[in-house]
Amino acid sequence: MSLAQPTTSRPTTQVPQRTPRTEPAWARWLIIGVSVAFLGTFLVLPLFTVFQQAFSRGIWPYLEALGEPDALSAIRLTLVVAFLSVSANLVFGLVAAWAITRFEFRGKSVLMTLIDLPFSVSPIIAGLVFVLLFGAQGVMGPYLQAQDIAIIFAAPGIVLATLFVTFPFVVRELIPLMQEQGIQEEEAALSLGASGLSTFFRVTLPNVRWALLYGVLLCNARAMGEFGAVSVVSGHVRGETNTMPLHIEILYNEYHFTAAFAVASLLALLALLTLVAKSVLERRVGLDLSR
Amino acid sequence: MIIGVRNVTKRFGAFSALADVNLDIRSGELIALLGPSGSGKTTLLRIIAGLDWPDAGEILFDGVDALTRDVAARHVGFVFQHYALFRHMTVFENVAFGLRVRRGRRRLTEGAIRARVKELLDLVQLGWLADRFPNQLSGGQRQRIALARALAIEPSVLLLDEPFGALDAKVRKELRRWLRKLHEEIHVTSVFVTHDQEEALELADRVVVIDKGRIEQVGTPQEVYDNPVTAFVHAFIGESIAIPITVENGLVSHRGLKTSLDCQGAGNGQGTLFVRPYEMDITATGEAAFSGVVTRIHGLGPARRIEVVLQGDGGVVELDLPRTTTVSAGETVGLRPRQFRIFTSPS
Repeated sequence: MSLAQPTTSRPTTQVPQRTPRTEPAWARWLIIGVSVAFLGTFLVLPLFTVFQQAFSRGIWPYLEALGEPDALSAIRLTLVVAFLSVSANLVFGLVAAWAITRFEFRGKSVLMTLIDLPFSVSPIIAGLVFVLLFGAQGVMGPYLQAQDIAIIFAAPGIVLATLFVTFPFVVRELIPLMQEQGIQEEEAALSLGASGLSTFFRVTLPNVRWALLYGVLLCNARAMGEFGAVSVVSGHVRGETNTMPLHIEILYNEYHFTAAFAVASLLALLALLTLVAKSVLERRVGLDLSR
Repeated sequence: MIIGVRNVTKRFGAFSALADVNLDIRSGELIALLGPSGSGKTTLLRIIAGLDWPDAGEILFDGVDALTRDVAARHVGFVFQHYALFRHMTVFENVAFGLRVRRGRRRLTEGAIRARVKELLDLVQLGWLADRFPNQLSGGQRQRIALARALAIEPSVLLLDEPFGALDAKVRKELRRWLRKLHEEIHVTSVFVTHDQEEALELADRVVVIDKGRIEQVGTPQEVYDNPVTAFVHAFIGESIAIPITVENGLVSHRGLKTSLDCQGAGNGQGTLFVRPYEMDITATGEAAFSGVVTRIHGLGPARRIEVVLQGDGGVVELDLPRTTTVSAGETVGLRPRQFRIFTSPS
């Protein structure tokens, strides 16, 4: 019996790295270059400009612009409006997603289409709708005036308009996930003796929590940044019905560039934070979907 | 617990899922609902559980109407086909769920819950997985956790929907044996749904054969295999040779050719003669019931499989013969069944 011969190790030759793709190097670099240049010119540069302009006269004028009473009031109003519309959409989003994914009913497809309506309608129409409904010359106008309730040119109108444009965000995130997950886990919970409410809080809600949070985040970003619809119903009363975007526009139109960009930079910063949170959440939602 | 199913009918739109179903499930038995997909077996299981409601009929738990109670109040352990484990909870929390949602006096202390869950995880031999999440388990492990979770509430009946349907063949066999052993240990009344006859025959004390929303036969595995009462049961359970025949005044003929077989009291009409492949003999053509030409011989096991093309209609039958048989392809042979069954429907 012959012993197995150890194989002599040959010097390994370097294999040239190749891919099955056929584009020559210059084409690859051109394609990458164009997309980077495009993003740089139209996204990064403007964003950079906002911050550059905001700090163009140093840190003090910047802080002064943000600390001014009208600016503070705009920031406060924006946060209140965002909080209210996010809360309302959270509840509405869960209810609507529940209805659509759990029940069969007449008009379900109509409801689905209606949820998407705010995406396709111009924000200015969203604003006008509420003016026509609640304004002084509107359908409900005389009644509201008699009751001394102000909706248009006041905070409630701004909340309503914001609600309208941010409607779809939460529902849109929940529906595909809830459809994919099905109702078996809920049935299992019920069969184990859980009540309906207990099933919702222990099973349904935890299963959609990341998608829900993701929807809330998108909704919040839009609520803080909305200009068109809010502009129509706000009336631009300084220190009262101005949100951050409206306040920025007024400052800009009055040539207070530094102040305008200071407030704008704050809004942009909030957007950037949202973006980071969003990309973290996206990974979690992806995990939930893949499970 | 004894479960009574009385005249249960269920329709989904125009589709009749269950038509006037009657069934008695005895205490402590392991019973299989066997049928092809779409036969209504899962619907029956869900109706017993309280996850669906019948259009008409009654469900009795120990003689008491169960339809007035919802799924939670019926106290059943339901194991879903795809397990439906809570994906955001650990294995431990999954099993503990049924204990944690208890309210009032039946509520257990944390210590009691822990002890009970540990006991159950030991029972399904998966204590070492307590801290894992469902997506970190294999199919067989998930199945056993789903079972432990269902058993946690000490159900009066255990209902399993295609318990081994989503597993590969090897795991399925192991788990089947394991479930049988478990049932012998804990003896809870159990009903499981399957489309796999081997599973039903091996595991169950009694088998309920369902087709198109109707119960065809209820009996022990031996009974439904040896004495199928309808053509469907004969064809569905075990291998069968099916030969179309006509009965006229007690005479059985195949495509106009007389067979000299006993009609077993079947009425006049078109019908089918069923034979198990190993109960058909090859004889001289003179004394045979059927005749045909051998077209193919194969098989490596204890038996040889012979393909014969029948005279009359050219239908192909496959029979199993001992290895010692000497026939060759192309030969004309006679066939005579030792045991057979005839089912006719009046024409």
